Amino acid sequence: MREVRTPTPLQFGWLLAAVAATVAPHAIELSAWLVILCASLVAVRAALSWRRGEPPHQLVIVLIAIASGVGVKLEFGHFFGKDPGVALLAVLLCLKLLESRTTRDVRAAVLLTFFLQAGLFFDNQTPGIAALALAGTLLATTTLLSLEDDGARPAAQLRTGAVLLAQGLPFMLVLFVLFPRVQGPLWGLPADAYSGMTGLSDSMAPGSISQLGLSDAIAFRAEFDGVPPPPAQRYWRGPVLTRYDGRTWRPGLSVAATAPGYEPSGTGYSYRLTLEPHNQPWLLALDFPAANLPNARYTSDYRLLAEQPVRVRARFDLRSYPATAIGLTETAAALAEARRLPANVNPRTRELAREIAAGAPDHDAILVRTLERLRSIGLTYTLSPPLLGTHAVDEFLFDTRQGFCEHFASAFVFLMRAAGVPARVVTGYQGGEINPVDRSLVVRQSDAHAWAEVWLAGRGWIRVDPTALSAPARIESGLSAALPEWDALPLLRRPGLDWLRDLRHRWEALSNTWNQWVLGYNPDRQRELLERIGFSQPDWRTLAVLLGASATALMLLLFAWAFAQRRRYDPLDAAWARLSRKLARHGAARHPWEGPLEYGQRLSTAFPGQAEALRTITERYARLRYGADHADPHSVRELARSIRRLNLK
Amino acid sequence: MHTRPDAPRRPFLAGRHPLVARRLAPFVPHLLALRAHLDRWLFRVGRPEPAPIVLGQRRIFVMPTSAGLAFAGALLIMLIASINYNLSLGYALVFLLGGVAVASIVHAFRNLLHLSITPGRADPAFAGESASFRLVVSNRRRSRRPSLRLKARSTIAPFAIAAEDSADVLLALPTTQRGWMQLGRVHIETTYPLGLIRAWSVLVPDQRCLVYPAPEPMPPPLPESAARTLGQRSSGGGDDDFAGLRPHQAADSPRHVAWKILARGGPMLTKQFSGLDGGEVHLDWDALPATLGTEARLSRLAAWIVIAEQHGLAFSLALPHASVAVGRGSGHCANCLRRLALFGTGYAADA
Repeated sequence: MREVRTPTPLQFGWLLAAVAATVAPHAIELSAWLVILCASLVAVRAALSWRRGEPPHQLVIVLIAIASGVGVKLEFGHFFGKDPGVALLAVLLCLKLLESRTTRDVRAAVLLTFFLQAGLFFDNQTPGIAALALAGTLLATTTLLSLEDDGARPAAQLRTGAVLLAQGLPFMLVLFVLFPRVQGPLWGLPADAYSGMTGLSDSMAPGSISQLGLSDAIAFRAEFDGVPPPPAQRYWRGPVLTRYDGRTWRPGLSVAATAPGYEPSGTGYSYRLTLEPHNQPWLLALDFPAANLPNARYTSDYRLLAEQPVRVRARFDLRSYPATAIGLTETAAALAEARRLPANVNPRTRELAREIAAGAPDHDAILVRTLERLRSIGLTYTLSPPLLGTHAVDEFLFDTRQGFCEHFASAFVFLMRAAGVPARVVTGYQGGEINPVDRSLVVRQSDAHAWAEVWLAGRGWIRVDPTALSAPARIESGLSAALPEWDALPLLRRPGLDWLRDLRHRWEALSNTWNQWVLGYNPDRQRELLERIGFSQPDWRTLAVLLGASATALMLLLFAWAFAQRRRYDPLDAAWARLSRKLARHGAARHPWEGPLEYGQRLSTAFPGQAEALRTITERYARLRYGADHADPHSVRELARSIRRLNLK
Repeated sequence: MHTRPDAPRRPFLAGRHPLVARRLAPFVPHLLALRAHLDRWLFRVGRPEPAPIVLGQRRIFVMPTSAGLAFAGALLIMLIASINYNLSLGYALVFLLGGVAVASIVHAFRNLLHLSITPGRADPAFAGESASFRLVVSNRRRSRRPSLRLKARSTIAPFAIAAEDSADVLLALPTTQRGWMQLGRVHIETTYPLGLIRAWSVLVPDQRCLVYPAPEPMPPPLPESAARTLGQRSSGGGDDDFAGLRPHQAADSPRHVAWKILARGGPMLTKQFSGLDGGEVHLDWDALPATLGTEARLSRLAAWIVIAEQHGLAFSLALPHASVAVGRGSGHCANCLRRLALFGTGYAADA
């Protein structure tokens, strides 16, 4: 039974450091009152330790705990899920720290810090956070160590903690690679599990895409085999929006099939798409993907869908043919839906459409005239357009004349429909930037885009990008080139910060590797890796055997380290011990109390044949060991040799 | 080296829930037999081992502590959470902590490995007092051995050893019976480095302590022959009989050396007590009242020897089949007490 001990100030110091290092990174996502509460609890504890005061009464602790529980309930509305869980855990840890009286409490607090470190990874798994968690783990381990070894100096304690961590690291690597991976979740997750994922939504209202334009977050990466397509062909397809209610565009009817409804043609591009989680099923393939992806569905509006919403970073090997002709035969229902408009909105635009359509021989001519007309209006491309009222398209075309891609696409499709041409809005991403470090194409949320498709008899659905009319640079060079100078841009998109961009390219190439190999290490990757080292059809048994073998090898290494004596090696002692061992085989081991000369006497009587040699050896040993002058290496070697040569037959 | 005896360890059933204790009670003899069997078979514990006892890898055992089990439970929960939320770094953290725990097994093992234990001094004690067993634990390695504990019966002695040093660890065990007391089974254990793993070894050092009979608390005055020379005064003990000083002789008891004078740089003198010179007591087993049993007789004789020694009296001891001639001083006293301690035990008192 372990006795109850009061922790020393040093032990408390380690715990304080561990708790502070663990809770501090959480400050980003915790709300202000929780941060202040945790900080003050830690501060009170620090002050108490400093003055060797007693922790507050338990009633106070319980009251604070209940109050923070109520606060969490008010803030999140429930207790289950990762956000309230992390919040409660943080408060609990700080309270445990405050009320700790015994080493047992300290142990409990250390376990809580481990939980909270794991909680860090819910929102952020970057290398930086990993380093912070590692520092926290070191401090927590050192806290446990200081409970056992309170005699050592703090620096020595920290060093032993680091040694333990360093010895645990190989086990971590082996387990990380070989532990049989299961694709989560194991059960239904709380509703907030996927909060905080950004990306396109499945509807479009004015402002919904320009909001993304300010976000620098990466939407996905594409690594092309060979040369990537030119920027003008980089249209990554998201939701296709057909239904319009005068303000918001929504998806129309579409049928999903296991194969695409077109024949891929033209140049093909093979690439690996690494999609950041966005909690939606669409895969944002480059127009138009071939049927080479298993378990995917192809819709009648040419989107590529996953079976489940993408909730973890996922990789797909795709092949796309941008020049494919699509929709040569389209159903009447789909075309009718692509011509439908709500009544009583945008009368001025309808008037304009009638004017354009009057006398036009066919839809091709209407399209050409509409584009000319739009160009002549002189629209301005901006991230912060003025707010629009009920007749949004009217106001955009005739009054404000400033808009973002969703305004352009919306106005164009409205015009076409009003002129009787089937048209629809397509959202997705356009463009992307090649990272010069690892040559991958990086597409950010700010590359979100909306364009249009028009159906022409005999040609099918034709892509038309009305934004290109006013801001051709948007398509060729990206957002920052297309925007007027006064527009608010994300810092790193501003021109003139090349060195900063270069730094970011490097960092993002590094984090791409991190994402692919550390965060994206899943059952598929595990199988892939094992197959690459030569295990065909690896299953859990292969993994178990490999894991067992590697763990045993590591354990043996550790034991070898434990046995390493690092003792000063004295050749004279070794030679003397060898003599005793040798004679022990003949039943004449040296007694512990026997001096060398006595031993020599006994031996020479026991082995009369070797009496002279034995007496010489023991006398020389006595002289070397106890003699006045220092035993010189040469005579020690001489003695060792004569002992080795001794033959007691 | 810092040593201290600790709170007594609980007996087999003590401290357990009363219900559990009652349930277990019928099985206690079986459990104890099983434990003894296990000791012999698994821990190879039996006869006292010759010194020095060196802890090799075969006799060091490791098990998780309760804190270690709690740690394992926490890791399991974190692993399930990592699987559920697909947290790659969560896996990494769990595996790192698991690796640290595994490394700590080797550290705990290494903390005991190649320690060598030699019995030290064990001064005789009177029954009822505690017997002080000393064990010398040596560390030949050039690194510290922190957080070690020696446990024997009800005593725990924590200690640590510096690099290439040794520690003199005191185990104070309560005594109940006169005669030779074997130290018996001793555990050496450590929960270094993280308190998650306990490494331990069981050893039986060849060490015994002589336990004298407990002196009778309120003994009657010394026998007639002494009373005649001492007078009535001294029989009660505790009276101040100091009479003067005389030069020290080799046979004088150290108890009567005038240490204060010696400490001040004076000559070595012996304190004299009134009427003690020439006093001679014959302590005779057969002269004791016939109603007394063996142990009571031994207790009374022990008490008388102590009193005679305190007063610097010369005394002789006569026991059935043995006797000690008149003498005085600590050596004589120890010899007589030793005969009382071993009386009827079958051990040779001269050994």
